[in-house]
Amino acid sequence: MSILDNLQNLDRRIIFLFIGLAVIVPLIFNLTFPEHPTPIVTAIFDFVESLPEGSVVLMPFDYDPSTAPELDPMATALMRHCLTRNLKVCTMALWPEGQGMANNIFTNVVEPEFPEKVYGIDYVNLGYKAGAQGLINTILLNMRSMYTADTRGTPVDDLPLMKKVITLRDFDLIMNFSAGKPGSKEWIQFAGDPGDIPIASGSTAVQAPLLYPYYPSQMVGMMGGLKGAAEYEAALIEAYPQFKEQTSIATQLMAPQAVAHFVIIIFVIIGNIIYFTERKKKRL
Amino acid sequence: MKKTIPLLITFFIGLSLILAVFIPPEPFHTMNREFSVYFDIIAVFAFILGGGNLIRVHGNRIYRKTGDFKYSYVTLIGFFATLIIGIFKIGGPPGIQGEVMAEGSWFRFIFNAILTPLTATMFALLAFYVASASFRAFRAKTTEATILLTAGFIILLGRTFLGHYLTSWLPDTLSFLEIPNLANWIMAWPNTAGQRAIVIGIALGVVATSLRIILGIERSYLGSED
Repeated sequence: MSILDNLQNLDRRIIFLFIGLAVIVPLIFNLTFPEHPTPIVTAIFDFVESLPEGSVVLMPFDYDPSTAPELDPMATALMRHCLTRNLKVCTMALWPEGQGMANNIFTNVVEPEFPEKVYGIDYVNLGYKAGAQGLINTILLNMRSMYTADTRGTPVDDLPLMKKVITLRDFDLIMNFSAGKPGSKEWIQFAGDPGDIPIASGSTAVQAPLLYPYYPSQMVGMMGGLKGAAEYEAALIEAYPQFKEQTSIATQLMAPQAVAHFVIIIFVIIGNIIYFTERKKKRL
Repeated sequence: MKKTIPLLITFFIGLSLILAVFIPPEPFHTMNREFSVYFDIIAVFAFILGGGNLIRVHGNRIYRKTGDFKYSYVTLIGFFATLIIGIFKIGGPPGIQGEVMAEGSWFRFIFNAILTPLTATMFALLAFYVASASFRAFRAKTTEATILLTAGFIILLGRTFLGHYLTSWLPDTLSFLEIPNLANWIMAWPNTAGQRAIVIGIALGVVATSLRIILGIERSYLGSED
C-alpha cells in the first residue's frame, strides 16, 4: 500500500488527534501572538472613546454557553472599557441563556475588578424577555411596557441608572453580542434604523459575513469571532496599559485557533494532492 | 364560513399591522405599541406549547418503549427538575421576586456546572468534524470550487497571525497583497455583494409571501380541507 493509499483511507480519528494536539499544545505552552486591530474593530473602540462620561450603553447578551469562548472575551473587554470610561451599562437578553451569560460577566469581571461601581447606579441587569424582534419593537417605544423590574426584582423606576431611560432611543450605544437569531441583524432592523440609535456588533465568526452589508452605514463597527475580540483587547491594552496585567483571554485563545486553522489547511492540501494524483492515474 | 372568517381576520390584522408600522401619527402609533405588547405576550405562550410538546413526545416514547426511550427519562427528569428549581428558586434568596441566578441558587449551579459544559462540548466537537470533512470534501474539482478553496485559505490564514507573518515582508506598495488585507477585501467586497443580493432576495420573497397571505391567495396555513 502506497503512502497515498494510506492517506486516502486515513482514519478520521487521526485527524481528530491532530486537531486535539493543535489546540492543546499552544495552551500548554501559553503561546500568544501580537494582534493588530482592523478598522472595523477600531471603529467600535473609537466610538466608545468618543462617548461622554455618564452615557448609557445597552448590552444585549444574545448568546448561550456554546458560543461563550468567542463572545465572552468581547463582552469582558467592552465591559472593562465602558466602566473604565465611567459609562453606565445596562444588560438584557433576547436569548434565555443570555441572562446567565451577563450574570457571569458581572460576577467574574465587574464585581472583582470594579468594586467601586454600584449596582443600579453604574450597571444594571434587566435580564431575559421573550418576543425577539417583537420585544425590540416594543421597547423602542417604551422600555417599561416590558421591563418593570430587573433580575433582582427591583422595580425599574427605583434604579437610578434607568431614570433617564424611557425608550431605546435614550441609549447612546447598543453593543450587541450575538450568536444567531435574534441578534445583531434584528437589533439593526428594529432598533438601529427606525430609532436612529448607534449599533455595534460582537458576533460569532460564522455569523460575521452576514453582517458585513450593514457596515459602516447601519452599524458602527463589528467584532467578528475570537479574532475580533483579540483585536479589541489589543486596542484596549494600547490605550489603557493597566489591563495588560489582567488576563487577555481572546489573545491567549488565538494561538490554538491559529494552529488549528493551519492543521486544517495542511489536511485540505493533502486531500487535494490525493485527488489530483488519483485523477491523473485514471486518465492514464 | 370555516375559511372565510380566518381569512377576514388575517386580512384585517395584516393590514392593521402594516398601517401601524408605517404611519407614525395617532392612532397608528398606539396601535403599533399595543400590537407589539400583544406579540410579546403571545410569544411567552410558545414556551407552554414547547414544554407541552416535549412532554407529549417523550411521554409517548416512554409509554410505547420505542427507540432509545431511556434517554427520554433523562430529558423529562432534566426538564422537570430545572423547571421546579427555577420556578421555586430553590437555594436562592427567599421570595418569588428574588433573582433566579443568585449566588448559591441551584438554578445557577445547573447553568454553570451542567448546561455550560454540555453545550460548550457539543459546539467544540464541530472543530473536529469540520477538519475531517474539509480533508475529504474540500477539493478543487471545478473552477468555482478552486475559487472557493483559494478564498477559504486566504480567510483562514488572514484570521490568524500566520497570515500577517507570511506576507509582512511585502513592500508598502504591495501591501494590498498581504493576506490579512486580502481577507478583509474578500469579506468587505465579494462577500458583502453576495450577502446583499441574498438579503434583498429574501426581503422581496417575504413581502410577496406576506401579501399573498394577507390577500388570501396563500391559504396553506389554514390546513387541509379535511
